[in-house]
Amino acid sequence: MRSTDSLIVRYIARRSVPFIQLYALYVLGHGEDGPGGGFQGGVIFASSFVLLGLANGWGYGRRAAPARLLDPLLPLGCLIYLGIGLAALLAGGAFLEYGALAGSDDPEVRRHWHHYGLIGIEVGVMVTVSAAMATLFFEMARPARVQARVDRVGEEADRA
Amino acid sequence: MEDLILAILVALALAAVRLKDLLGAAAVLGAYSLLMALLWCRMNALDVGFTEAAVGAGVSTVLLLAAVNRVGRREQGPGVSPLLKPALWRLAEHRAALAERPDRPLLSARTMALLVVGLTAAALLYGARDMPRIGDPAAPANRAGSVAQHYLRHAPADTGAANVVTPVLGDYRGYDTMGETIVIFTAALCVVLVLRQAGRWRGPKEAP
Repeated sequence: MRSTDSLIVRYIARRSVPFIQLYALYVLGHGEDGPGGGFQGGVIFASSFVLLGLANGWGYGRRAAPARLLDPLLPLGCLIYLGIGLAALLAGGAFLEYGALAGSDDPEVRRHWHHYGLIGIEVGVMVTVSAAMATLFFEMARPARVQARVDRVGEEADRA
Repeated sequence: MEDLILAILVALALAAVRLKDLLGAAAVLGAYSLLMALLWCRMNALDVGFTEAAVGAGVSTVLLLAAVNRVGRREQGPGVSPLLKPALWRLAEHRAALAERPDRPLLSARTMALLVVGLTAAALLYGARDMPRIGDPAAPANRAGSVAQHYLRHAPADTGAANVVTPVLGDYRGYDTMGETIVIFTAALCVVLVLRQAGRWRGPKEAP
């Protein structure tokens, strides 16, 4: 997508990014006390890059969230989730039994670790969701000019 | 209030189907999702409303815009006018042209579609009569001993979270949420594989 011609729109979009991302982290952190959580936070976090791409052009947004950064983040979130589950298993509890992460039977300590586990999996969800949403946008919105080059590279690699 | 929102939702859905301008249709669908989010909030399903607003009205609309950007703004093929009268006129013409063909089917595709949609709607309306009212204490989901009651009673003590939705997603249904995360990962993976020529594109280094 081309960038908009309006300097004001481009500037406001750039300056909004940190606030959107801060709000996304707020939504993530307050999922236990109010509406929100990793999924919503991840979507909002990704929307900051979508806004950059829409207002300042595809290339500008892509440079802020390049594929070599987003691609590893996609499975990383799943691995965080899985890792916390397996860590609970190794600590002697059931799979995803966050309280077992404490490694002690004190209910107070277990309650704390339960919080950490829950926030941990929410972080995992957020990482995967935000990377996935941004990737979906940047892959689909890729300008025809760039897409043609992508296709040519692919065809040449097919022939080789 | 709900009736008003539902009426607007039906009108928006019809507009989205009938609009030839795909950009306009995408915008209408965004408005549809936003009203849906409002409806969820009226039902006290704040987390669902939040997700609907962020995903349905936000990211989905942008993804539709990106798709429109690729395929072109106008819908191809024989069109349906947003005005009912020209649409009916064209339908009559279409039927007349079809009737002259020797190999005409007993029912046209449109009639079949209308039949299927009508039957499905009738079945859904019939089923909806048995739906309990929202918050009805006699509803199966709210009866004593149901799993929802168990969550509501025990979640704060079990997990220390004030918002019951998060422990349900993360604790009681932790396996499901992990599966959902993997589904989202898979969806993004498929889009990358299709649109990036099986990973041969080395990222945006050559991009402008």
